[in-house]
Amino acid sequence: MENINYEKIEKTARLKNILQKTITYLLLGIWAIIVLFPFYWMVLTSLKGYSTYNSEYIPKFFTLSPTIENYIFAFTEVPLASYFANTLIFALVTTALMLVVIILAAFAFSRLEFKGRSLVFTIFLSLMMIPSELVVITNYVTITDWGLRNSFLGLILPSVTSVFYIYLLKENFEQIPDELYKAAKVDGCSDFKYLLKVMIPICQPTIVTITILKVIECWNSYVWPRLITDDPNYYLVSNGIQTIRESGFGRENIPAMMAAVVVISIPLIVLYLIFHKKIMAGVSRGGTKG
Amino acid sequence: MKRNGLKGWLYLLPAIIFLGLFMVYPLIDVVIYSLEEGYNFASSSYYGIGSYNFSYVLHDPYFMQAVKNTFVLVIITVPISTLLALLVSLGLNSIRKLKELFETIYFLPYVTNTLAVGLVFMILFKKTAYSDGLINLLINFLGFSSIDFIEGPYWAKMLVMSIYTIWVVLPFKILILTSALASVDQQYYRAAKIDGASKFKIFTHITLPMIAPMLFYLIITGFIGAFKAYSDVVAIFGTNLNAAGMNTIVGYVYDMLYGASGGYPSYASAAALVLFAIVLTITCINLLLTSRKA
Amino acid sequence: MKIILKNLTKIYPSRDKNKPDDVIAVNGFDFEIPDGKLIGLLGPSGCGKSTTLNLISGLELPTKGQVFFGDDDVTNLPPENRGVGLVFQNYALYPHMTVRQNIMFPLTNVKKKERLSRKEMEEKVLEVAKLVQIEKLLDRKPSEMSGGQQQRVAIARALVKMPRVLLLDEPLSNLDARLRLQTREEIKRIQKKTGITTVFVTHDQEEAMSISDMIVVMKDGVLQQIGRPQDVYDAPANLFVAKFLGNPPISLFKGEIKNNLLYIGDSAIMEKKLSDREVYVGIRPEGFEYDENGPLVFDLERVEVMGRDTSVVYDHACSISDNKRAIIPSETGKLICGDKVRFSIKESKCHLFDIESEELIK
Repeated sequence: MENINYEKIEKTARLKNILQKTITYLLLGIWAIIVLFPFYWMVLTSLKGYSTYNSEYIPKFFTLSPTIENYIFAFTEVPLASYFANTLIFALVTTALMLVVIILAAFAFSRLEFKGRSLVFTIFLSLMMIPSELVVITNYVTITDWGLRNSFLGLILPSVTSVFYIYLLKENFEQIPDELYKAAKVDGCSDFKYLLKVMIPICQPTIVTITILKVIECWNSYVWPRLITDDPNYYLVSNGIQTIRESGFGRENIPAMMAAVVVISIPLIVLYLIFHKKIMAGVSRGGTKG
Repeated sequence: MKRNGLKGWLYLLPAIIFLGLFMVYPLIDVVIYSLEEGYNFASSSYYGIGSYNFSYVLHDPYFMQAVKNTFVLVIITVPISTLLALLVSLGLNSIRKLKELFETIYFLPYVTNTLAVGLVFMILFKKTAYSDGLINLLINFLGFSSIDFIEGPYWAKMLVMSIYTIWVVLPFKILILTSALASVDQQYYRAAKIDGASKFKIFTHITLPMIAPMLFYLIITGFIGAFKAYSDVVAIFGTNLNAAGMNTIVGYVYDMLYGASGGYPSYASAAALVLFAIVLTITCINLLLTSRKA
Repeated sequence: MKIILKNLTKIYPSRDKNKPDDVIAVNGFDFEIPDGKLIGLLGPSGCGKSTTLNLISGLELPTKGQVFFGDDDVTNLPPENRGVGLVFQNYALYPHMTVRQNIMFPLTNVKKKERLSRKEMEEKVLEVAKLVQIEKLLDRKPSEMSGGQQQRVAIARALVKMPRVLLLDEPLSNLDARLRLQTREEIKRIQKKTGITTVFVTHDQEEAMSISDMIVVMKDGVLQQIGRPQDVYDAPANLFVAKFLGNPPISLFKGEIKNNLLYIGDSAIMEKKLSDREVYVGIRPEGFEYDENGPLVFDLERVEVMGRDTSVVYDHACSISDNKRAIIPSETGKLICGDKVRFSIKESKCHLFDIESEELIK
């Protein structure tokens, strides 16, 4: 019988393993660079002076004389601060109103008993399949008819409900054991107080996740604000960016454009860096269930 | 407990009001609009009822261009992005060190403003008076001549569009596939390893079947999402998409509604319903195919 | 506070389309729970004991019948107005509140006028916490406590409003064996100290027997027997109660009465002055007496030594129970040898049941 050379087998296995790992890390690293590069480029360009940028036929990958003139430019030449404030108001008010609406609805679906509950819930669920493109036309007409164009109310109203978040929260509410509700009943706790003092605190993680996701959604929304506002006083950052891009700084001032892009991207990136675990968990839960 | 009946409806009231006004009513209304011929936005009047709006839209060269663009975009980006996401997730799943860092980086584009980053892509690809753009320099470096990606030939514009779309949709797909892969019971892998199954065999016989439902889900939602492409196109080519020849179906709907060529909610409704029909058909075909496989 | 149930009935409409019959969870309950006693509601799972508890607490409303606390008809009163304290099987503590907040919660629900001041509430909380001996754990969260401690918090929360009636739903089933013994003593102690009429639900007959002043045995929504634990054990009203109580369970045989003698198989066991008929014979494990000349002859399966006692596992042609076991003192157990064993039967431990009705023959 032939002697099996264990040492040789072990050695090749180890080499193969190391090789595989190296290639994997290399490819993952390359993808990470592809993802991050646009962000790097936007920061880099925003720090280059207007003339420096335009004189570089072959753009440099670094700059030795960073300048903040573009940022000053971005805030003074276009009303970036006002876009910013508008977006903040829009995101916060929409999210707050939505939370109230969806918490009440999720509570009704998960805790209260009434005739037609499951029918209404089924209708709600089927609404999830309706693409927003279909309803946006009438909403545009409705808001125009109500004279709410170029107003916060017009911006906010159509997006204060989300069937998907109602569904997500209802699922979460239902995980709270029935006994807690019975205990509270025996203790003389009203339904509303139970919602406020028990259900919301227990489901706080989900509510926080929903809040963050909604704020992100608001911050990035483009289509609806574009339809409903043509007065720059009510522009959100997305529309602001589009305006800057199209008429912007009078001449094609790419570094200043990038400075504006950096400024409007930063809040979300900071939010993401703080809450990345929550955000990813929330999206993947929503993705796998919805 | 009887009081609960009313109470339940009371708690639901805000949601029902908002959904009714901005979801259910518009849904009915959009069909009505699409059938009202010669609707005038200013006077809210129309001549008659019929299918003229649909035939107008379907004979509009801009609409056909938009349909063609959308289909090309879908056919290119859905398979490539799904495959890429699968490869990246497999890689992620095979490592331990730095996994979280990579995951965090890969998901970043999901939370950023599509329009903002779209601008960066544009300047990377764009030829200006001063520079041919970074990508063209790269192409020059490889020995080819520069191409105008933003205002040049159709295929070049489509290429930029596809690259940006893939960059935008990948984070979600990677996230979903990574968590699907992570939830496969490690026991199967251990058992297969001890049985001496090759890596490829493990992938085709264990991993793939286990994550198949998630993969199908991603393909279906991928199709739906890609058919609705709009704001990433705007980010690269600006709001006047018809001029750039890069309009999408959703873009056409909005153009009909608003802007320079706007004021035709009837045409917009017809176009939106055509889009809905296309998406519905594709989704049904998808579901049929996947349910047969599964 | 005395609790009276009058013809209490709860019917759930059927939800299963294939089984259109309604489910009768509680069927015509009529009994009185005396003031200041600890009562065990006992029965196999699904017998309606939890439903009975919910009817008393007001979480569910009866289909028919009435519930009285003392002289007050509370049948249609909502739970919060009944003055009941309820402890759940899984404790149902609010996970996001500290122990202190949990116990205080019922006090904060009282309407503005009658609400105690913050300080009075704190005092009350401390008082009950001391009663259940958790005063040192008041600032912890429930998740940082053991099952036994959580149980005490749940009891404290139920007691803080000084309820007229304390209800416990399977209070011990989530605890491990050692804690269970300890906690049931604890419940007994707290009940004695407060003197609150307490009803607890359990499927564990040992638990019920050991601490209850009175047990109520139920089956399929029907009351089987109510009485002091020893009385019920000594004189089971029917075959079900006889089988349900006692560990090891009662031995059952098919027997016959002929000429005022009770026969199991061919052997006459004892005198019984009854008309001739077939009967079920139930003999408690401790009712067997080792007797070389005893009338009852068993095939000996094996002898299990348990220290103080010896357990004899037997077989007999007329036996109809799964558990065939006699318990005898270990001194006499030592004497057993061979493959047959003979017993005589203590009359007080032997119960006869009607073949048809399964009721006790007196």
